[in-house]
Amino acid sequence: MSFFADPRWGEALSHLPDYLGNHVRVSLAALALGLAISLPLAILTRNRPAPRAALLALASIVQTVPGLALLALFYPLLLLGASVALKWFGVSFSAFGFLPAMLALALYSMLPVLRNGITGLNGIDPALIEAAKGVGMTAQQTLLMVELPLALPVMMAGIRTAAVWVIGTATLSTPIGQTSLGNYIFAGLQTQNWVFVLFGCFASAMLALAVDQLLGLIESGLRHRSRLHAGLGAIGIAALVAATLVPTMGRSPSGYVVGAKTFAEQYVLSALLRDRLQAAGLSASARSGLGSSVIFGALKAGDIDLYVDYSGTLWANQLHRTDIKPRAELVAELKTALAKDNITLLGELGFENAYALVMPKKRADALGIHTIADLAAHTSTMSIAGDYEFFSRPEWAALQKAYGLQFNAQRQMQPDFMYAAVASGEVDVIAGYTSDGLIAKYDLVALDDPKQAIPPYDAILLLAPKRAGDERLKAALSPLLGKIDIATMREANLRAAGNDANSSPDAVAKWLWGKIGRP
Amino acid sequence: MPSRPMIGYAHVTKSYGSLRAVDDVSLDIAEGEFLAIVGGSGSGKTTLLRLANRLIEADGGTIAVEGDDIKNIDPVTLRRRIGYVFQSGGLFPHLSVADNIGITPKLLGEPAANIAERVDELIELVQLDGTAHRDRLPETLSGGQRQRVGVARALAAKPRIMLMDEPFGALDPLTRDALGDDYGSLHRRLGLTTVMITHDMTEAILLADRIAVMRGGQLLAQGTPMELSKSSDAYVLELLRTPRRQVERLNLLLSQDGAA
Repeated sequence: MSFFADPRWGEALSHLPDYLGNHVRVSLAALALGLAISLPLAILTRNRPAPRAALLALASIVQTVPGLALLALFYPLLLLGASVALKWFGVSFSAFGFLPAMLALALYSMLPVLRNGITGLNGIDPALIEAAKGVGMTAQQTLLMVELPLALPVMMAGIRTAAVWVIGTATLSTPIGQTSLGNYIFAGLQTQNWVFVLFGCFASAMLALAVDQLLGLIESGLRHRSRLHAGLGAIGIAALVAATLVPTMGRSPSGYVVGAKTFAEQYVLSALLRDRLQAAGLSASARSGLGSSVIFGALKAGDIDLYVDYSGTLWANQLHRTDIKPRAELVAELKTALAKDNITLLGELGFENAYALVMPKKRADALGIHTIADLAAHTSTMSIAGDYEFFSRPEWAALQKAYGLQFNAQRQMQPDFMYAAVASGEVDVIAGYTSDGLIAKYDLVALDDPKQAIPPYDAILLLAPKRAGDERLKAALSPLLGKIDIATMREANLRAAGNDANSSPDAVAKWLWGKIGRP
Repeated sequence: MPSRPMIGYAHVTKSYGSLRAVDDVSLDIAEGEFLAIVGGSGSGKTTLLRLANRLIEADGGTIAVEGDDIKNIDPVTLRRRIGYVFQSGGLFPHLSVADNIGITPKLLGEPAANIAERVDELIELVQLDGTAHRDRLPETLSGGQRQRVGVARALAAKPRIMLMDEPFGALDPLTRDALGDDYGSLHRRLGLTTVMITHDMTEAILLADRIAVMRGGQLLAQGTPMELSKSSDAYVLELLRTPRRQVERLNLLLSQDGAA
């Protein structure tokens, strides 16, 4: 089978109108906002060196914040802003998706626009400003008829730089809930779907290139005073915007949004939930790749309608509990607590995806390690790897305390790379997930937790407050409750970790339903 | 009783920090007069010129234009009333020759058709080629052509006063001579009052009715070339002698060459 005959290209292409459209909209909105702020600032400070220097320094500092962090920062900031706005003014807005992405990207676009704007305006021959005065122009006429036209080519170059930056950085807005071409990249990385990763990189690079060329056409038109060039560039940009608006028209805005966190199991489960809702005649879409801290807030605010979380995660992170209860008791107590926020815990899916300390079976046998208590004696010469959040989670603190674990080194890794890393001896132990299919594939073993330091992690289905009384939704989902056992989920996850046509979340979700859906 | 001067400086001063750029200068320029201001670099001649249309504001003294104290005239209105030719043209590089020339009438809100007509008239007046130059950008013109555009632009709003800051200083001698002559006849034909800065005494003597000599911010002397030649000031006399001495040396050199 040839490379391009892979059906995942077709699947990737089917998402393009949605992903590209959202990407273009958030990028252009951010750029427009960035320009609306930066250009007046550049004009206002053109003859004032002190505020100008302060402004440039501020913009430079913003630029040093990594794009992903800047985007991530805007979510809690807006969440706070939204609660204040609701309390004081009685208005509410969504801190999720478009708004935080646009604001962060707008901030990101400011430096090149400011810098080039100021450079362009200050680079004008003072004799020309003098001549403008001499022929009888007012300060405003001098700005509009002489300064701006002369600075425009340099300003335009700054706008081009900003556009390329914003389009590139917008791929990082997926985890805060803004659909973008980054959805391909995040989903592809998590499910080892390199077709998606390639497709996402290629699409965003092409978009950046196209916008850069169109703006370049406008720039050259302005530089050489060619109306044809400038006009063609402007028409191109307008056409791009118009094209991305088409797919959103005629699509019903109401519909169920299924959330998913950033790992393969979540992609598969959200595809399964979406398919079930659609099979029941409900309109539904999946919003994947959401940050673990973003997703619960998004459900609470109603930005997403449902998703699958894990009991132990909410127990520790939302209820801030450090005590441990048996599986069923913990879920029951969680259900009561969530009900206070009007969130419905519909039920368990059947399997548990707990954190577990995992190491190669052969090595564990050779060292006589069966439990975490056995491991404790060896940790001083061992290294451990975990996902991006594990080491800052309360479970890790509890584990260390309960068993006195003192590892030689700890590293953070992309979850899907951890298993290969521990199998090859790159690290000695990993904090893996019990539902992961790779444990069996690499001949690894999950160590027992006799002191029960790690709480149970039942996969549970959560519904947003606004869906609390939605019986149609509940009916559509109820066939899934209690149906997915750990062996089935492991196999599904193993399939999703493959790199072939049957490993896409959609394909695995269909396989999973085929397995559990039979009466 | 002498007629009211077109421009009247009375005890005008202007300082930059501790430097007195213009120091208690009083000078009247009569209607229809062509006055040249001469002096070395930093003598205050450019400052003196720019005080007249409020490109620079005076610290003390009064300046009257057509009898009105310029403090009471809005600077923008004042500048639209007075033609100003800049040293290196000061043409706007993003505007065509026609748009440069028509800028002041446009600022005054004149109808486009009138402006176009006036531009054609001016292009002819300063001896440019209408079809060849009208829609070109300044960068495609020669230095002399650019300065002709500069003169046309200054004349566009039909001012009665022209201020010129070393208008022909950067041109080659042939162009310079031709442009000077052409402007001189324009000055007379249009009945203008002209104040021109130059560092070239020969140019001043050939073009101007009267010459004002600046040194260290002060007005050292003023008068016709003849009057100045009777000055008791050594610097003024030296300035006046220079052109004549140059001619004598040239004659000597040329006759020697001819004899050889």
